[in-house]
Amino acid sequence: MIVPAREKWTGRILLIILMLVTVVPFISLFVTALHEPGTYPRGLEWPETPHWDNFAVAFQAANMWALLGSSALIELAVVPTAVIIATLAGFALGHLKPRGGQIVFVLFVLGLTLPFEGIITPLYFQIRELGILNTRWAIILPLIGLFMPFAVMWMRAHFVTMPTELSEAARVDGATTWQLFWRIHMPLSAPALSSLAILLFLWTWNQFLLAIVLVNDPEKRTMAGALGAFQGQYGTDIPLLCAGSLLILTPTLIIFLIFQRQFVTALMQGSLKG
Amino acid sequence: MAVVPAAAAPVIVTGAAAPSQSSLERMRRRRRGIRSLSAYLLVLPAAAFYFFFVLRPIALSAQYSLYEWNGIGPATWVGLENYVEVFSNPKLVGSILNAFELILYFSVIPVAIALFAANMIRAIATSRLAGVSRTVLFLPQVIPLVAAGIMWSWLLSTDGLVNQLLRLVGLGGLTRAWLGDFDTALPAVGMIGAWVLVGLCLVLILAGMTKVDPALYEAARIDGAGPVREFFAITLPGVRQEVAVCVTVTVIAALASFDIIYITTQGGPGDSTLVPGLQIFYLAFYERNIGTASAFAIVLMCLVLIVVLPLQRILRGKES
Repeated sequence: MIVPAREKWTGRILLIILMLVTVVPFISLFVTALHEPGTYPRGLEWPETPHWDNFAVAFQAANMWALLGSSALIELAVVPTAVIIATLAGFALGHLKPRGGQIVFVLFVLGLTLPFEGIITPLYFQIRELGILNTRWAIILPLIGLFMPFAVMWMRAHFVTMPTELSEAARVDGATTWQLFWRIHMPLSAPALSSLAILLFLWTWNQFLLAIVLVNDPEKRTMAGALGAFQGQYGTDIPLLCAGSLLILTPTLIIFLIFQRQFVTALMQGSLKG
Repeated sequence: MAVVPAAAAPVIVTGAAAPSQSSLERMRRRRRGIRSLSAYLLVLPAAAFYFFFVLRPIALSAQYSLYEWNGIGPATWVGLENYVEVFSNPKLVGSILNAFELILYFSVIPVAIALFAANMIRAIATSRLAGVSRTVLFLPQVIPLVAAGIMWSWLLSTDGLVNQLLRLVGLGGLTRAWLGDFDTALPAVGMIGAWVLVGLCLVLILAGMTKVDPALYEAARIDGAGPVREFFAITLPGVRQEVAVCVTVTVIAALASFDIIYITTQGGPGDSTLVPGLQIFYLAFYERNIGTASAFAIVLMCLVLIVVLPLQRILRGKES
């Protein structure tokens, strides 16, 4: 396609400006983190003596090993469980198409736009009744439930596109429903499953509201919840706060950079489907 | 092709006699019944979690909203009084209005920037720069909103980068503590949201543009359409669905905003950045006013639905 050079260059410049606006806050955070603790550094000024040890201090102060361990435990409980039970439900609703399945599906879809604040109050009392307030279960169990509308819709959308001939052939060969699911459809669903897992991982890691309401101890929270507590503690020491924030957001950045293609695709499809 | 006589049609004979028409029908129905049953067994775990941690809390919210309760003692029935409170208390109404103002920053601005930028970028979509930008512009989507809040509180503070840039270009008179000023706190919080959401909208809209037939653009150019005509006649209709998605996602983000505001301003100064999400949190866990918090929660859920549902019609219309 022929596009005037002037338009091409405006496009490039615009893109670069947008990228700068996106990246500069990260750079500012990084540069600030290298200044002497307790000072108010000036913007993007490189410090005379970079205090690299701020990261070590913040690592200690934030008790990073405990936080990483806690978040990992929560992820390990939430993501596989949510993915598996959503896949079962998506398979049933999208492929087996039971009588009345449409109604069940609509019921799930109703939860798609739910703001978490809408149910946080009764959730608190429910979790208290269960006696799991201030434990990781208080985040794990509700999160699985809250992810279901999206996760079931996502997996159903995948199974709806699977050809019925495949299942019929397996049935003729004598496969039970369970074998059909486990031996035929699961292996074929790997891309849909991994995209869903990536999204749920990210949303769990970044979950803030449930973490601060349902768990007092930052070391039993998600990473975002722990970061909130860290800010409360070190809010006045800007360089140390910046160093701590950087440490806490680095794991997601690393995972993002490794899986970036899947991430972007998954998030895009995710919002398109949602 | 040979005509197969009806009698030769494959009939699986179990037992001595072939089953009659009606018993075949019955068998088929039974098998379908069993399959439906096993399908529902597979739905059960997901449904149980969903019921217990989403549907039941919604129902409880509706129930609590009709009582006055401090969360510990006995609850008193007050009917719709809590709802009257939500719509008459200036503080609560104000927080709803703030949320609607946030739509301007969280939704209108990112979508507008994304549309404009995507239209410019379309021409260079295949270049390396476009690929790199996709990764970079996505960064704010990946980090916790809490981290975005911490970052920007520093950038927008009195000594922060924003004020320094203003001084650098000779606009020193404008400098202020952006998040601490009654007039600028809400727009400042809004700009943080815009920073987070622009990348998502841009990538979505760019994806939509790749589906538009390039021949349409060529035709438009040949017919003498300028960039503006071209945008409104071809690009915008072509990405209608993606724009609807962007608006849906960002409007929900605006109405349900919590993380950024909790971290940066806690609703202040005064109530200038108070939003429903934060207000529910305060009412329930600081003021121990469970009834009003629940009524407000129900109102918030309804608001989201009222704003978002019409957008779904645009999405549906395109698919069918």
